Amino acid sequence: MSAPPGLLGHYRQMLLIRRFEERAARAYTEAKIGGYCHLNLGEEATVVGLMSALDPSDYVFTNYREHGYAIARGIDPSRVMAELYGRSDGVSKGWGGSMHLFDAQARLLGGYGIVGGQLPLATGAALAIAYRGGPEIVMCHLGDGTTNIGAFHESLNLAALWKLPIVFAVVNNQLGMGTTVEMSSAEPELHKRAAAYRMYGERVDGNDVVAVQESAVRAVAMAREGRPVLLEAVSGRLRGHSVVDPAAYRTKEEVAELRAADPVLALGDQLRLSAEDLEQLEQSVAAEVGAAIAFADASAAPDVKTLFDYNYATPVPNDLNRLPGQPLFAVAGA
Amino acid sequence: MTVMSYRQAINETLRAEMHRDDRVFLIGEEIGVFEGSYKITAGLLAEFGERRVRDTPISEEGFTGAAIGAAMLGLRPVVELMTINFSLLALDQIVNHAAKIHGMFGGQRSVPMVIRTPGGGGQQLGATHSQNVELYYAFVPGLKVVAPSNPADAKALLLAAIRDDDPVLFLENLALYNTKGDVPDDDVPAEIGRAAVTRAGSDITVIGYSRMASLGLAVAEELAAREGIDAEVLDLRSLRPLDRETIVRSVRKTHAAVVLEDDWLTYGIGAEIAATISDGAFDQLDAPVRRVAMAEVPLPYAKSLESAALPSAGDVETAIRQTLAAVGRLR
Repeated sequence: MSAPPGLLGHYRQMLLIRRFEERAARAYTEAKIGGYCHLNLGEEATVVGLMSALDPSDYVFTNYREHGYAIARGIDPSRVMAELYGRSDGVSKGWGGSMHLFDAQARLLGGYGIVGGQLPLATGAALAIAYRGGPEIVMCHLGDGTTNIGAFHESLNLAALWKLPIVFAVVNNQLGMGTTVEMSSAEPELHKRAAAYRMYGERVDGNDVVAVQESAVRAVAMAREGRPVLLEAVSGRLRGHSVVDPAAYRTKEEVAELRAADPVLALGDQLRLSAEDLEQLEQSVAAEVGAAIAFADASAAPDVKTLFDYNYATPVPNDLNRLPGQPLFAVAGA
Repeated sequence: MTVMSYRQAINETLRAEMHRDDRVFLIGEEIGVFEGSYKITAGLLAEFGERRVRDTPISEEGFTGAAIGAAMLGLRPVVELMTINFSLLALDQIVNHAAKIHGMFGGQRSVPMVIRTPGGGGQQLGATHSQNVELYYAFVPGLKVVAPSNPADAKALLLAAIRDDDPVLFLENLALYNTKGDVPDDDVPAEIGRAAVTRAGSDITVIGYSRMASLGLAVAEELAAREGIDAEVLDLRSLRPLDRETIVRSVRKTHAAVVLEDDWLTYGIGAEIAATISDGAFDQLDAPVRRVAMAEVPLPYAKSLESAALPSAGDVETAIRQTLAAVGRLR
């Protein structure tokens, strides 16, 4: 069996995300990265498969587990790593961090840290496309746990009612933090929820990058015709919810199963690459990740003078630009 | 100048802005076919069609968030939330998203949207439909909050809000919708972030916004005519940013202040103003800053209880009188 065209490229992208995330985890333990840090480890086939279906002019809204999506969108991993490091050359200039990656040029309109916050926003972006009459669509990623919040229902209802060009892509990694889909969703086959909105829903094996791409291409084509889609990719995350979570709620058997289904290893096997080719790929990916770390390390921390630069897009009088210790008005004798 | 109601000023301004700029569209519950719960959008669906006047299901979080997303792509949505009480259902989208997107992503996208919503008690609507929770939004960096007290300001501030590139909460008031006043014919936007001195005076500073600015002015005029009390009245107009300079300048001149608010006293907007006066005019104060605010109860339905709980002209007059008496300046 010969590999479909582009598959080698997918493999390299998946490997890049894998090594990037492993390196980010290490940087986190070295205290180079602060806050929360959620990794796409184990979800690489889903990430790459979904993103491969998009045109550069399409818009992406995603959640806080999004480093891989940014990389798959073609954003320089160095600028992603710099954001994780909280540096001025980061995609969000150090204001967002791991959970809030944003690149207006690449039309990645966020990384959102509040579960499901991106759903109404993405729906509105699709509304704007419909309002203006353009060929673009919106892809909105969400986790399995997100399907139980009110904004999920409201957004899918609005999208279907208004026939918006949007794909809601559920990345079902089968766990919301430590809570299983079965514990949290009365209908654990999440794609079936589409029926409530007379929307097309589909489930795909998220470990199979080709299958994910095919489903995503189909979904995107429907969305371009004003038919919103709920696409569910059944995936798995290889580690805890965030870097600091040891995932003690998982049994040894579950972990073994996840490892056996590792999408990066599986695709590597499928491609039957020679040891030499594999080594070359690994080296080029390692160089890219190494360069990202070096770039992030060398990038300057944002200047404190810029603290109030983004208060407002339209400046107004009486904006209060004070540091914590400063008085509101000049103190006599000070 | 044309005399028109506060309601009419908003309606006319929306119409004019929709004619001026195709990116401006209206979105909310019952704004189209029903023409608005308070008829603010009367005639606009007929004039502009469903593309520009979008009725929504009852999904405050969903459609407010959708407006934010549309604004991120460069449209200029004007959301109507039927009353500010219902804005609480959209709190996550307003506070965690509209207010954050510009800063949190390093200024790459702004959110040029307006959320129009009325507050106000006194309509016998009971506890969940009579709140004034603008404080929740005035608290949050990234948002702008404006609150016109008269038809002319309703026009000028709405023009400013629609043309502004940031999310602006435009606070209306149920009790003001039918009030009338002169409205300039020209489209001159107000400057968001500036208070107005609506009556110059020297005895005491009376500070309010929305209905309470209008009530404060009426009481001040009455006291001037009846007793020669010369109060200076400030209409804040903008709650975020807050025009602290104008407040402090006035109090440094009058040496006394009464702050009026239609919300609860504890942690309220009046507390921020009193603290501002303490910071900027402590050495000039002849009396403690007095606050007139709503009784700390969920507003009851029964007229007797509702009236007792809401600040009245009598309450304002008493507060002014007692403050002046305390410093021996009551004539």
